[in-house]
Amino acid sequence: MSLKNKFLEISQVGIEFPTPEGPFCALKGVDFSIDEGEFVSIIGHSGCGKSTVLNIVAGLYQATQGGVILDGKEVNEPGPDRAVVFQSHALMPWLSVYENVALGVEQVFKGRKSRSEMRAWVEHNLCLVKMDHAMNKKPHEISGGMKQRVGIARCLAMQPKVMLMDEPFGALDALTRANLQDSVMEIQKELNTTVILITHDVDEAVLMSDKIVMMSNGPAAKVGEILKIELDRPRERVALSKSDQFNHYRQQVLSFLYEKKGVVKLEDEKRKRSSSAAASLNADLADASSTSLEDQIA
Amino acid sequence: MNATDSNGNLPIPRMALISQSFARSIRSIDIKGVVYPLLGILAFCLLWALAASRIDTSLGQFPGPSQVYSQALVLADEHQAERVKETAFYQRQEKRNAKKLAKDPDATTKIRKYTGKETFFDQIVTSLKTVMFGFLAASLIAIPAGIACGLSDGVYKAMNPLIQIFKPVSPLAWLPLITMVVSASYVSESPFFEKSFLVSAFTVSLCCLWPTLINTAVGVANVGKDLLNVSRVIQLPTITHIRKIILPASVPMIFTGLRLSLATGWMVLIAAEMLSQNPGLGKFVWDEFQNGSSDSLARIMVAVVVIGLIGFALDRLILVIQKTVSWDKLAVLR
Repeated sequence: MSLKNKFLEISQVGIEFPTPEGPFCALKGVDFSIDEGEFVSIIGHSGCGKSTVLNIVAGLYQATQGGVILDGKEVNEPGPDRAVVFQSHALMPWLSVYENVALGVEQVFKGRKSRSEMRAWVEHNLCLVKMDHAMNKKPHEISGGMKQRVGIARCLAMQPKVMLMDEPFGALDALTRANLQDSVMEIQKELNTTVILITHDVDEAVLMSDKIVMMSNGPAAKVGEILKIELDRPRERVALSKSDQFNHYRQQVLSFLYEKKGVVKLEDEKRKRSSSAAASLNADLADASSTSLEDQIA
Repeated sequence: MNATDSNGNLPIPRMALISQSFARSIRSIDIKGVVYPLLGILAFCLLWALAASRIDTSLGQFPGPSQVYSQALVLADEHQAERVKETAFYQRQEKRNAKKLAKDPDATTKIRKYTGKETFFDQIVTSLKTVMFGFLAASLIAIPAGIACGLSDGVYKAMNPLIQIFKPVSPLAWLPLITMVVSASYVSESPFFEKSFLVSAFTVSLCCLWPTLINTAVGVANVGKDLLNVSRVIQLPTITHIRKIILPASVPMIFTGLRLSLATGWMVLIAAEMLSQNPGLGKFVWDEFQNGSSDSLARIMVAVVVIGLIGFALDRLILVIQKTVSWDKLAVLR
């Protein structure tokens, strides 16, 4: 049945923010759906409203038009079934790694798990992200990548129906990012979690996703194209970097971002470049003419 | 080898070693932290002594550091003497009662309370009790109110005009009103608190409210948006939300407010005691002024220095509490 396929449905979502100069329409008619266990990336230029889409799915923002239906229920408030991994990791600095994860677990499994079961569950999730060795450390005692691992563990531990990741690797260095991407892919494959990943990194999107939702530039941003990535899993970044299929997908995303809907930005840049080129050419010509004049005088 | 020779003296090389390590440990003491403040105080005392010798008042020369020091000793002696009198007073009563009982075992005996003059140190204790009571009462109101203001825009908008209007009012303006209200409403046969104590304490409370309330509200309102979103996603109940997220996050601001409150509370208390003749350091100062003896100015100066030292100590106390309560042990507190 087609109904069964649509695990998460984002239908005709639009949002307006009130500003002193009247309402600002950030999104208009955003429409796509996600299957259970699917890994979906949303990519677009910064400021296009991709994080806003995620916040609407999370229930942190209320859409002004359209709505989100998750597993047959409409989303209208934030909840642990749509747990979020924040870019800034958002760990409580006064709680230890263990306590940060336990904060969610105690709330979500209240009355369903015993104390010792909860403890085991928190530890299990920290093991999944390979952070069980630092359970009693405070966030300021661990590195940025480790903090993000804990953020992911906190999210996983709530057993969300869909895991929402808001540029989770954005603030990390390239090597840490690669490590974490591999971890997330591994965990996602193991648990068959449904994931929405917000990113502006083309390689990351192609490497990790089953589907890439490409958004047009705002205001009134909408879904431009949806690209299915049919690469076999597990995916290995070094091998893929040589694969034609991978590069083909990559090229498709790039062409969307920089040639189709990203027109505004690209044209601006082109204009700048061409005008500066023209300027330098003129300068060269002037030089040439002046030297020739000097030559003549001589 | 023996560590000492037959006379018990250390062999020379060892002596040298010890003196070296001693020198090193002297150097390792934070010189800037000890020597500089001492230099500052010394310079101040010097200027003070110079200035004092040039100021003549109707109560004699303005006291310099040495007169003040000797008056401090006198005040300590007076306190000792008063305590000796007190114990003697109670001993006399006990003896008398024992005699009475020996004559007639059914006799009713009474112990009368000693009603001697309050010494300088008694006044210090009274003032400290008053300021702490007033400060704690104000904090118990101000912190929850501040949290409510910080959490809810509606509450903040409702409270803000009141805060802005009452904050700049000197609590001394309230003093007559508080005095009348307390004497009218606090009537009991054996009062747990003295009326004068309550009047002073409420006056302190009135000025302790505002800095704590405002700083708490600001601290709560500025908790990171991501942390709040985490709480919303987890769906923490309000009480847990406040306890686990809002309070720890706003601890630094709450304590900033508490420190400001206690400092102003202490200042206002002295003034209130002077004005209302309620027991405490303020009354001591006023009494000495009215006394007008040649030592009065030096005794007042002792009180001034002590008031300052206590204010400083109270501030450090709050800092110590903040250090134990706060999660951020790395924060530099000053």
